Amino acid sequence: MGVPVVQIATIVPIMMTVGTNRIVPGVAIPHPVGDPEAGPEKDRKKRRELLERAFRAMQTEITEQTIFTE
Amino acid sequence: MRLEIHNAFVRNVQWGGTTCLRDGTLFINRDEAVGSVAADENFSEVELELARPGESVRIIPVKDAVEPRVKLEGGTSFFPGFCAPMEPVGEGKTLVLKGSCVLTCGPIVAFQEGFIDMTGPASPYNPFSGTNNVVIVARPVEGLEKHAYEKSLREAGLNLSLYLAEQCKGAAVDTIEVYEKGTIPEENQKYPGLPKIAYFCMSITQGLLHDTFLYGADMKHIVPTLVHPNEILDGAMVSGNCVSACDKNTTFHHVNDPIVLELYKRHGKEINFLGVIPTLESTVLAGKERTTWMNANLARQLGADGVVISEEGYGNPDTDLCMNAKKCEDWSIKTVVISDEAAGTDGSSQGLADATPEMTGFVSAGNVNEMIEVPAMDRIIGFPESIAFLSGGASDSLRGDGAMYVELQSIIGSTNELGFSKLGCEWI
Amino acid sequence: MTFRVVHYINQFYAGMGGEDTAHVEPSFRQEAAGPGLQLRNLLQGEAEIVGTVVCGDSYYGENMEKAREKCLEMISLFKPDILIAGPGFNAGRYGVACGDICAATVEKLGIPTLTALYPENPGVEMYRSKTFIVETGDSARAMKNALDAMASLSLKLLRKEPLGSARAEGYISRGIRKSFFHEKTGAERAVDMLLKKIRGEAFETELEMPVFKKIPPAAPVRDLSKAVIALCTSGGIVPFGNPDHIRVSSAESFGKYDISELEDLTAENYESIHGGYDRVYANVDPDVVLPLDVMRELEKEGVFGKLHDFVYCTTGTGTSVAHAERFGQEIGEELKKAGVDAVILTAT
Repeated sequence: MGVPVVQIATIVPIMMTVGTNRIVPGVAIPHPVGDPEAGPEKDRKKRRELLERAFRAMQTEITEQTIFTE
Repeated sequence: MRLEIHNAFVRNVQWGGTTCLRDGTLFINRDEAVGSVAADENFSEVELELARPGESVRIIPVKDAVEPRVKLEGGTSFFPGFCAPMEPVGEGKTLVLKGSCVLTCGPIVAFQEGFIDMTGPASPYNPFSGTNNVVIVARPVEGLEKHAYEKSLREAGLNLSLYLAEQCKGAAVDTIEVYEKGTIPEENQKYPGLPKIAYFCMSITQGLLHDTFLYGADMKHIVPTLVHPNEILDGAMVSGNCVSACDKNTTFHHVNDPIVLELYKRHGKEINFLGVIPTLESTVLAGKERTTWMNANLARQLGADGVVISEEGYGNPDTDLCMNAKKCEDWSIKTVVISDEAAGTDGSSQGLADATPEMTGFVSAGNVNEMIEVPAMDRIIGFPESIAFLSGGASDSLRGDGAMYVELQSIIGSTNELGFSKLGCEWI
Repeated sequence: MTFRVVHYINQFYAGMGGEDTAHVEPSFRQEAAGPGLQLRNLLQGEAEIVGTVVCGDSYYGENMEKAREKCLEMISLFKPDILIAGPGFNAGRYGVACGDICAATVEKLGIPTLTALYPENPGVEMYRSKTFIVETGDSARAMKNALDAMASLSLKLLRKEPLGSARAEGYISRGIRKSFFHEKTGAERAVDMLLKKIRGEAFETELEMPVFKKIPPAAPVRDLSKAVIALCTSGGIVPFGNPDHIRVSSAESFGKYDISELEDLTAENYESIHGGYDRVYANVDPDVVLPLDVMRELEKEGVFGKLHDFVYCTTGTGTSVAHAERFGQEIGEELKKAGVDAVILTAT
């Protein structure tokens, strides 16, 4: 059985085109899992938020490519 | 708007007592020329070197190429927002030292600079092997922040280019080209039956050594807009990027934009050239959506029947490219895109990071990953070891004897997506 | 000295019969036969057909390994400089046999090979990347054109002349892109193409849009609190100094790094070597691309079971799809063997 992969990146259309199944939209190209411009606290908080979303995505049964915005 | 381009041909470049253009030779007073850029405190060292067509010379790593131009009438200086004050350009008369070029070279900023060979197998891949080049080799002061270094070197290139052109204001002019086009309503009235064509000039706007400037504005902070083609030919756009060396639109490429020139050639005959939409390639999805919707809307408001779309870069901007094509086609505006391909060193990979069925008109600028063997050159201007760090190079690219085995990617402008050269790709 | 050509044909073209003899086993003759009689005249005295190998289409189709081996043996006895098979036009079994023997001969004998098929022949999709397939019409009525094109391309291959595009040389593309200089600049070609499009005239795009393959989603993680999760990135995050010399672009390798003792990625221990984005943020704090710090936090809180000891990293910019697929397969296998339950992959 395959291992589920959750991809966190900013350019959702590319992930859709290349066939990523579990997609979590990232923050920006140079920092997909952070928000350094907003200061260290907010950056860390954002990272946590995205990882928790990734956890939800990996626990979700899906039948087709899905973008997880929550 | 009417612009006269006055071309004074440069067939040779030499050091001399006074900077001037005489009988086709550009003479440069070395100390004065160095002085025009060395005042910047961010440089610990500034040197100038000359490289002529056919010489066995390699210049590496190159950041930008700038064609020496200056306003004779209808403006002061050149490059509004940089050397010139903030003023509109595209009218009057502009002197061009045609056949010369300023190149900026210095220790690596950020991996995607490139090289130029003045002779040999790499030379057909960009116009700079055919120009008489004045190379600024500058070293940043120790610990200089990278963005500051990039800015200083970028401005040095523009300043030197202006100095040369200004000193040659009295030179004999060989040819004059006239670029004249009225307002959009005026031209629509003159040519009601001709298809209306706009041009999206996509530009990389993604950060350090990935920025582009319009009238001095960092384009990542603006939204797309409409300019008259003369403004592009007259220095409104300046490059602050290397993207990957191969598909960089150097400042030289912008003032010589082949799409603008081609559309102008056919204006009033086969087409009605509406104008140019300099536009962005954002690093965030919302930015890409915003930009491409605005591009398509501008084309729609202008009544465009068709759009030529040039990309700058590959990878994530391929998404902007697809969005631009799709949104226009969905609104019945026909599109043709010019882009290069990242088809792998063996040519068997899909060349685009993104795709859309609406992108039915594709002109290819070549495969960036194609390998090329270049022999050692007698003279190197710059820093040859940097090839190990450049995109298209690797730690084993530089051979002991100075020869290199690299991708086309590392040659400045080799797959330029304005369609400057005749390079393309075919299936084999 | 003339080049030595071996010609492969089926039972029908060898004059042995039709469907009734489709099961004949491989045989050979020391002369040209069937279309070979015309073909040899087109080789301009530079090459001669020294032998013909014949096999029944059904025999080849039903005994591929044996047929291939026997035919290869016969072919190699002639010590050829090139193998030419067919033309097979739209005949399915014949096309597959031609493609197969050509592909096998390239591999085993290291000599150029070519065949000639109609584009819809199933042999085309299967073998186009492994040999040269000249494009033909759909039946033997196109024999003359097919033989002309086959002879011409054969001579070029034998003389080791540089080839133009597939279209220019008359063969069906092997699926490879190569850069060539055109007559006109890209800008000119673009405006020409746009005008044709607007006028509704036929035009040819220089690159058709690809279709990427989709994979069915894997089953979800059942119990997150016990799950082993691995981190991967194509954002070029590597230990400081890039010990494995991962390329800044067009990566041909990936790195595997032990992070079992690490709590946090910093400007001192890791860095970004990816050439395609502004690395300013990642070099100050690599966690903004490879989120080790918060993963450790969440691991300590028991949100998930364990962070896998190794991270896998490469550079995504310019990296060919072929390499990327290989990385994916190799990394995927290692992770599966290591008992990893899920992966978080970040990209820039």
